[in-house]
Amino acid sequence: MTKASENGLLKFITCGSVDDGKSTLLGHILYDSKLLFADQEQALILDSQVGSRRGEIDYSLLLDGLMAEREQGITIDVAYRYFATSKRSFIAADTPGHEEYTRNMAVGASFADLAVILVDASRGVLTQTRRHARICALMGIRHFVFAVNKMDLEAYSEETFRAVSAGINALSGELGLENVVAIPVSATEGDNVTELSCRMKWYEGPTLLGFLETADISGASPEEGFYMPVQRVCRPDHTFRGFQGQIEAGRVGAGDLLTALPSGEIALVKSIYLADKKVESAFVGQPVTLQLDREVDVSRGCVLARNAGLKTEKSFFASLLWMDDQKLIPGKDYWVKVATKLLPAIVTGIRHKVDVNSGELTAADSIGKNEIVECELVLSEPAVLSEFRSHKGLGGLILIDRVSHATSACGVITSAGKQAGTGVYLNDGEHSLQVSLFDGFLYHPDIHAILRHSPNPAIYKPGDALPLREAGLAYPSDFDVASDFGFANVRNGVFTGFGAREPRYALLDPRGLDLDIPPPRDFTKYRKISVWEKDYEI
Amino acid sequence: MPQTQLDKLEAEALYIFREVASECERPVMLYSVGKDSSVMLHLAMKAFYPEKPPFPFLHIDTGWKFKEMIEFRDRRAKELGLDMLVYRNEAALAEGINPFDHGAAYTDIMKTQALKDALTKYGFTAAFGGGRRDEEKSRAKERIFSFRNENHAWDPKNQRPEMWKLYNTKLRKGESIRVFPISNWTEKDVWQYIERENIPIVPLYFAKERPVVERDGNIIMVDDGRLRLAPGELPQMKKVRFRTLGCYPLTGGVLSEADTLPAVIAEALSAVTSERTSRVIDKEASGSMERRKREGYF
Repeated sequence: MTKASENGLLKFITCGSVDDGKSTLLGHILYDSKLLFADQEQALILDSQVGSRRGEIDYSLLLDGLMAEREQGITIDVAYRYFATSKRSFIAADTPGHEEYTRNMAVGASFADLAVILVDASRGVLTQTRRHARICALMGIRHFVFAVNKMDLEAYSEETFRAVSAGINALSGELGLENVVAIPVSATEGDNVTELSCRMKWYEGPTLLGFLETADISGASPEEGFYMPVQRVCRPDHTFRGFQGQIEAGRVGAGDLLTALPSGEIALVKSIYLADKKVESAFVGQPVTLQLDREVDVSRGCVLARNAGLKTEKSFFASLLWMDDQKLIPGKDYWVKVATKLLPAIVTGIRHKVDVNSGELTAADSIGKNEIVECELVLSEPAVLSEFRSHKGLGGLILIDRVSHATSACGVITSAGKQAGTGVYLNDGEHSLQVSLFDGFLYHPDIHAILRHSPNPAIYKPGDALPLREAGLAYPSDFDVASDFGFANVRNGVFTGFGAREPRYALLDPRGLDLDIPPPRDFTKYRKISVWEKDYEI
Repeated sequence: MPQTQLDKLEAEALYIFREVASECERPVMLYSVGKDSSVMLHLAMKAFYPEKPPFPFLHIDTGWKFKEMIEFRDRRAKELGLDMLVYRNEAALAEGINPFDHGAAYTDIMKTQALKDALTKYGFTAAFGGGRRDEEKSRAKERIFSFRNENHAWDPKNQRPEMWKLYNTKLRKGESIRVFPISNWTEKDVWQYIERENIPIVPLYFAKERPVVERDGNIIMVDDGRLRLAPGELPQMKKVRFRTLGCYPLTGGVLSEADTLPAVIAEALSAVTSERTSRVIDKEASGSMERRKREGYF
């Protein structure tokens, strides 16, 4: 048996626009590398006779597997291809280039460590090139190869290649891409694909395949600390209780002190099983079962961690790629899945839309399929998470529609924690009103100032009791809150929804000021201002 | 020490097994007795250790499987203490549906239909299968979590996006999922893993003197008295082995001397024809597998 994995497994994505020749390029690599079984090769030659190249081998037929794709002549979904050379094993995700199928391209990008982006030499960096690079970067790819294709139609001109490369460099700078390489190729003729071209002697770099065989993708800086999201609790009998999951960063050894999040309890590692074998230590990527030395409150969705700097937050900002035919509705209930935790969430505020092609930021109040949006999400309870750039395994998310169960969006957490901004909302499923009714105000004697202390983020639904009397608050049991979409009704201490004004009850604004009193208004009518002292928390 | 390719593929599969067991209501693992099923079973045993896999196993028996397959199935189930369900389309068997007279309809009735019936009967919402993307072009585009409507049909144009390891297992009423934990494995990975982990496989994969007849270029084993012999057709003892396993009258063997695992692997990996060609159904028109899958074939 030959050992093909000297440089390990490389998962890469190929993307380019409709006519850039992605499928042809990948087909060519498979064909040239003699990686096809003989009968597939015969089928390919037969298929080509009814294809578009009049008897010449049409390499793209190797990849466009679905009948619909053959009919339309385009690639509509990701095709995974498996091949190996003497140096490395590869999984290639061949993805659709058309804007309509951006979400399928994102699927391929989330799977890959490296992106091969095709650029037509005669056209240079196009709108779609920018889109593909942006989606790949958003999904966390850190290695890029731009294959400048169709050099045969440009007389293999160095000048043309340099001009296209300048555009690629500009794009890389704009998107902050790391590890970028450009290679001039011809997918149909095979120049610089698997063999160096004698028609581009001015080019001194590697062939595309040569580059893929040696690219070092492990060079990316490792994530901080150790963490493992818990997939399941293993309890074969009353003597054994182990937490099963895949290590997302770092290493763990027997005797290590771990923190269970979100509870914050600590425990020592008693034993480690790597699948079915007991081991002394385990590291990133491995599937393990961890036994702790004491009872802790841990279930699926919790995270075992050490020095990872993870956060437990109820709200965060994220960049979402919308993937559903149904538009994004702020205030609507979704499920969000972060690592192994699934919980209800709402999108509370759309900051802006990011033009998927140009990167331009524009204001938007509704988001459709294949659009990128930056927005805030509020969870039904605090969850363990992190920024995607520091912890991939706790910074990526999907949003699931609670009615259709479709995967509505995928996204990455851009900021979480205090600075991310949080809030309290009255939400009836259709409208969401941010209120500061329950903020506390404390006089800080050392600075002679009154400071506001925000309570934990919360979403109150119709039927939920409100904290009207907590921590120095003294609201009446019945009142209305003015808003742009009617009056939020509070009856008997409970938020009942947005409805009509009831004049016999007080009318407040979202900050808790009584609007029935003419100015100057009494700020302390429903709340008192306490003096801040050490250890006093609101 | 970084993870090897096989380590990475194994980790991915174990992660998927655990996700399904945690999130899906009634999972089942389809067990076809072949080498891919042997690998799947091995992975399932590892994923939950020291617990047993928290779901039953299901074998769709057409009544025409090789005797050695049935023996192997029953032995493994007993050794590992598995909950092994066996389902046969008894009505069709009673009607005398057989691979000789009913051709393509036989496969449809005894495999596709029987599978759908079994899944419906037990109310399974998620079924693990050993499908791999390197097997066939339409499989190359299938997600790891592949949804089926109430008629168990696949809609290739409307697949759910699958991001990172964040699988969305939420079902609509009547829907079910097929889950393929070894989607990203190749034929070579499967064989290397069998060798590395010392996984038991059905002896039919090893060359041995067996009674066979030759028909249309296929070597068919005379596994029992039900194989109809043409006038003058005489079974001969030949050293053969099988690259894929199924119903014995529909499964072609190959002449081989490979009677050890290293020899079988060497032969499998240097083969000039791809694996599925010895399955008769794949030889139909281009696109036949996709059509079957739309209709509910696994």
